Amino acid sequence: MSVGDYIRNSQIWKSVFRHPAPTDRRNRVVVMLTNFFLHLHPVSIKQQGIALSYTWCMGGITFFLFLVETITGVLLMFYYRPTLEWAFYDIQALRDVQTLGIMREIHRWGAHAMVITVWLHMYRVFLTGSYKPPREFNWVIGVLLLVLTLLLSFTGYLLPWDQLAIWAITVGSNMAKATPGLGTEGPGFQLFNTSGYELITNASDAKFLLLGGRFVGEATLNRFYILHCVAIPLVVSGLIAIHFWRVRKDGGISQPL
Amino acid sequence: MLNPHPDLTPSVLVGLGWFYLVIFLMNLLWTIRSFKVDGEYRNGMPKASLWAVYTSIVMMLSFYHFTYPVEGFMFSMPLAFKDFFDAYFSNPVLYFFLTILGLWAMIQFREWWTKPTVAWVLLNCSLIFMTLSLTDYDFRQIVGKPDNVPIVAMLFIVAFFTWIYFRRAVDNDRRIDEGRPLFEQEDNDKVLVWPDLVYTELICMVVLTAVLVFWGIALQAPLEEPASSMKTPNPSKAPWYFLGLQEMLVYFDPWLAGVVLPSIILGGLIAVPYIDFNKAGNGYYSFKERSFAITTFLFGFMPLWVALIVLGTFLRGPNWNFFGIYEYWDVHKVEAANNVNLSEFFWNGLGLGIPKGSGVGDILLRESPGIILTIVYFAALPPVLGLTVLRKYFVRMGVLRFLVFSNLILWMAILPIKMLLRWAFALKYIVGIPEFFFNI
Repeated sequence: MSVGDYIRNSQIWKSVFRHPAPTDRRNRVVVMLTNFFLHLHPVSIKQQGIALSYTWCMGGITFFLFLVETITGVLLMFYYRPTLEWAFYDIQALRDVQTLGIMREIHRWGAHAMVITVWLHMYRVFLTGSYKPPREFNWVIGVLLLVLTLLLSFTGYLLPWDQLAIWAITVGSNMAKATPGLGTEGPGFQLFNTSGYELITNASDAKFLLLGGRFVGEATLNRFYILHCVAIPLVVSGLIAIHFWRVRKDGGISQPL
Repeated sequence: MLNPHPDLTPSVLVGLGWFYLVIFLMNLLWTIRSFKVDGEYRNGMPKASLWAVYTSIVMMLSFYHFTYPVEGFMFSMPLAFKDFFDAYFSNPVLYFFLTILGLWAMIQFREWWTKPTVAWVLLNCSLIFMTLSLTDYDFRQIVGKPDNVPIVAMLFIVAFFTWIYFRRAVDNDRRIDEGRPLFEQEDNDKVLVWPDLVYTELICMVVLTAVLVFWGIALQAPLEEPASSMKTPNPSKAPWYFLGLQEMLVYFDPWLAGVVLPSIILGGLIAVPYIDFNKAGNGYYSFKERSFAITTFLFGFMPLWVALIVLGTFLRGPNWNFFGIYEYWDVHKVEAANNVNLSEFFWNGLGLGIPKGSGVGDILLRESPGIILTIVYFAALPPVLGLTVLRKYFVRMGVLRFLVFSNLILWMAILPIKMLLRWAFALKYIVGIPEFFFNI
């Protein structure tokens, strides 16, 4: 008996994997049903549906990049301190000094790649008409995930706290100031400011809500850090779960009807 | 002899050498493919021999760059071409029209450019053009910025996938015309997910991880000086994926460009499955069956999203002025901007003079031409369209669906319309009420 067989027949191995190695047809079916990670998939699937030139694999790649971002992100959180005093120098040390500082590079390039793969995924879904019934609502969830991906990237952009970061966020958040009705430089906010009582001021408008202050400052850094590391990823995880579940329930991966 | 290109240091030349090496290797594989597939000319010479000649030239170019030919370097983009290009091709008007023309040509000549050989020639042309352009200092400064590298990559990736789409769509359109089954329906037996899909996913993950690690090693993520609210960089740019929106700020005020239009884009995307009543083309690539939907989407994605990101990233310099790709980003470049409001056109054109006064009534009177135009555009145009040009859609969609659809189309059109008005008449605002920040 080879070492491999000995390990595969040990009690430990068998307790971890709920099925033998999938070498025959029966076990290849069973493995999909009994493995937690694999049971997202169906047991069998149309051959053309998984052809690379058909699916482009972009949805799966986006999900994988999300996992990469989560793992590298958690590792970075052990090191990085979101304060005006330390934020920049922690990133600088990751670049110049720290072992495994490359996590920051992977995190940033992975984020750029994720934005692009989300677009390409939507591009493919549109071009194959896969948003049509019965998949309408999953397209809607997809659009929400697109927005959240952009917001994840946007909130993460601030964290290195260098010139590139604060000015990009300043330019972006200046838009909030112009929100109709809710920003002090947008149309219609005067409607809320009746005589003697000012509801919408530069200390209460949409930009202030976004930044936690009138300018990009320490409160903004804290706010974006929480949004980037906790709040948005939680929402994204939930929506991804629904997105995948709906793919299965709405007739599987797209194919000619 | 004096070095004619002081900025072309050995490291730059070696970098270019690597570029040519990659192009060489790509074409080596292509030549082998051509030798096997493309057949012969009449006189017995394989077509691949042309590719072989080209490939060896690129190989020699690559080796030449690795020899550090700093003095008397020969293969840079000619100055005359750079001057010509910057002088005649570098303005937002031409840029926009070229992207529209490109989209039209892409759709019109889809059967031609989806042929592998044509696409390969186009790819080689763009790669050689880019590599030659990289000999220019200013081009290198902007394209070589670490954060901009993904955008260059994105261009090639989007082009590649668009090519795949059109190739498969052309094929399927032909099949539908001839009454044959779709490409997706041939050899479409069920296979087991283990191993067919699971292994694809595994390989995909391994390759991606390798790409990310390699990318992380080769290219350092940008880190500029520590943040300072005192030193405003010029230009200040949003993250690259929002630069299309920032570019819209040239034509619209922030409340439209930064808030309303992005919301409409997202709302429009969400509405897509509910307003597209066309049942055909579900789950396979096609063009003819869905030409309107596909053309509209490509118009929104190519000229209005990707091209504007490229414009905002590579071509907008200090003070958000337009710069040619080989042009130095001069902070002192001045562009005249004497834009005029519609109300001034109207009242001065009538010879009445602009109504004065700051009461609400005065302002409404002053801006009445623009307000009426806007109301007509969004409220009166949809029913008119529904009864005339778009009657076919109106009949099949019903009132509510059609109103949403036509308004989304009209919203999509306001950016090109405002661009054209700005370029043709130097129009600033259609409705200009700065008193209430209400400028359109």
